[in-house]
Amino acid sequence: MNVEHDLVESVVAGKRLPLARLLTLVENNAPEGLAALDQLFPHTGRAHLIGVTGSPGSGKSSLVNQIALALRNPPSGKAARSVAIVAVDPTSPFTGGAVLGDRVRMRDLAGDPGIYIRSMASRGALGGLARATTGVVQALDAAGFDVVLVETVGAGQAEVDIARLAHTTLVIEAPGMGDDIQAIKAGILEIADILVINKADHPGVDSTVRALRAMLELGHPTHLHNPVASGTPLWIPPVLQTIATQSEGIADLVEAIDRHTAYLHTTGAWQARDRSRLQTELEQLVQVELNNNWRASVPPEFIQETLAQVETRQISPYQAAKLLTHPLPELHPG
Amino acid sequence: MIERKIRVLIAKPGLDGHDRGAKVIARALRDAGMEVIYTGLRQTPEMIAEAALQEDVDAVGISILSGAHMVLVPRVLDLLRANGQEGVCVFVGGIIPENDVPSLINAGVAQVYGPGTPTTQVVEDITRAVLQQAQV
Repeated sequence: MNVEHDLVESVVAGKRLPLARLLTLVENNAPEGLAALDQLFPHTGRAHLIGVTGSPGSGKSSLVNQIALALRNPPSGKAARSVAIVAVDPTSPFTGGAVLGDRVRMRDLAGDPGIYIRSMASRGALGGLARATTGVVQALDAAGFDVVLVETVGAGQAEVDIARLAHTTLVIEAPGMGDDIQAIKAGILEIADILVINKADHPGVDSTVRALRAMLELGHPTHLHNPVASGTPLWIPPVLQTIATQSEGIADLVEAIDRHTAYLHTTGAWQARDRSRLQTELEQLVQVELNNNWRASVPPEFIQETLAQVETRQISPYQAAKLLTHPLPELHPG
Repeated sequence: MIERKIRVLIAKPGLDGHDRGAKVIARALRDAGMEVIYTGLRQTPEMIAEAALQEDVDAVGISILSGAHMVLVPRVLDLLRANGQEGVCVFVGGIIPENDVPSLINAGVAQVYGPGTPTTQVVEDITRAVLQQAQV
């Protein structure tokens, strides 16, 4: 009778097929998926959300594979953590199709019930994630995974949505990807909590390390978008070197992730990031909701007429927008 | 607004390393607007079923040239059923002797495609099978 309720119970109990089906419903923006997310929301907020971003071919999937392996097989004395992986690949803007190939690098993780891998197509979103990634991550959090690793679309300079979603953001670079001018540009390097130079056996690694360190010495801005209380120490992003294909540098990387987690907890930044993430999500949802309400309330002919007036240069696009969004009686009863 | 996409897993079980056919199909399905999860070479039936479950796919395409299809394909079908995914459409491509086709179809395979099959045929068949399944 109450399908959502059964779905929610099974997901919280850790059942895999209901979880897989829920993720599809959330991705497809289906009403029953969104209703299930409403009921799952009280179960969220426990998982450590780790973002992994960087240019195409820098080795994001291979590193995600290695990080997950390390979390599943910790040094003695530490508990293994369950890991969900969300890997986003681009959707073709022409056909709407996608080839999602991140699993190819993650075959070491097969057969482990403490691992769940889900590939997602970006479906037209431009910030490096899919529109539904937030919901998918919430569902995995509610399903009880200790860590959710989110791998973005191969990112250039401005795909920074991941920093709003994750508690800890890793930016992966490969040697020889640009000089110190690239390193002081705004964008992707600003969002790094941890900078990783993968393929550290390739030539040019020293100058890449130098450029990134020099950038950090000029000051690092993560505190600008993630405010911490005054007096708390600033987090200086470490610059680490790895060779993912040979499992080199992975222990140091996991150690840095754990240090960042401890930092977030001791400074109160964990809650600050949580709040700022929820605020962003809320604002986006309000925009979508307002847009849908507006479309439902404005007669299409009125939009066409207004557009015609713009085309004939009678009014400007700004005037037209004002006209179309002017408080309409049916939108504001009373 | 609901946006439904057909999700297909393309898998390459067994020990042969020839994945050109698998890549051609993956590309054709992508161009037909589907989301294709590509898993790479040398997948075991267990890995294929696990990926099909986690990705909640509508269809699984198995590319096989090694001659081990009479062992590997029924195993994948059994595992899918055991996981509650009996509704998933399974198709097989590769070098499959004609005599083996009826028993694969009997085991639950939707279609078997030999060399030279036009990719448009595969796209049509999958689309039809998935739409039928959605109506059940």
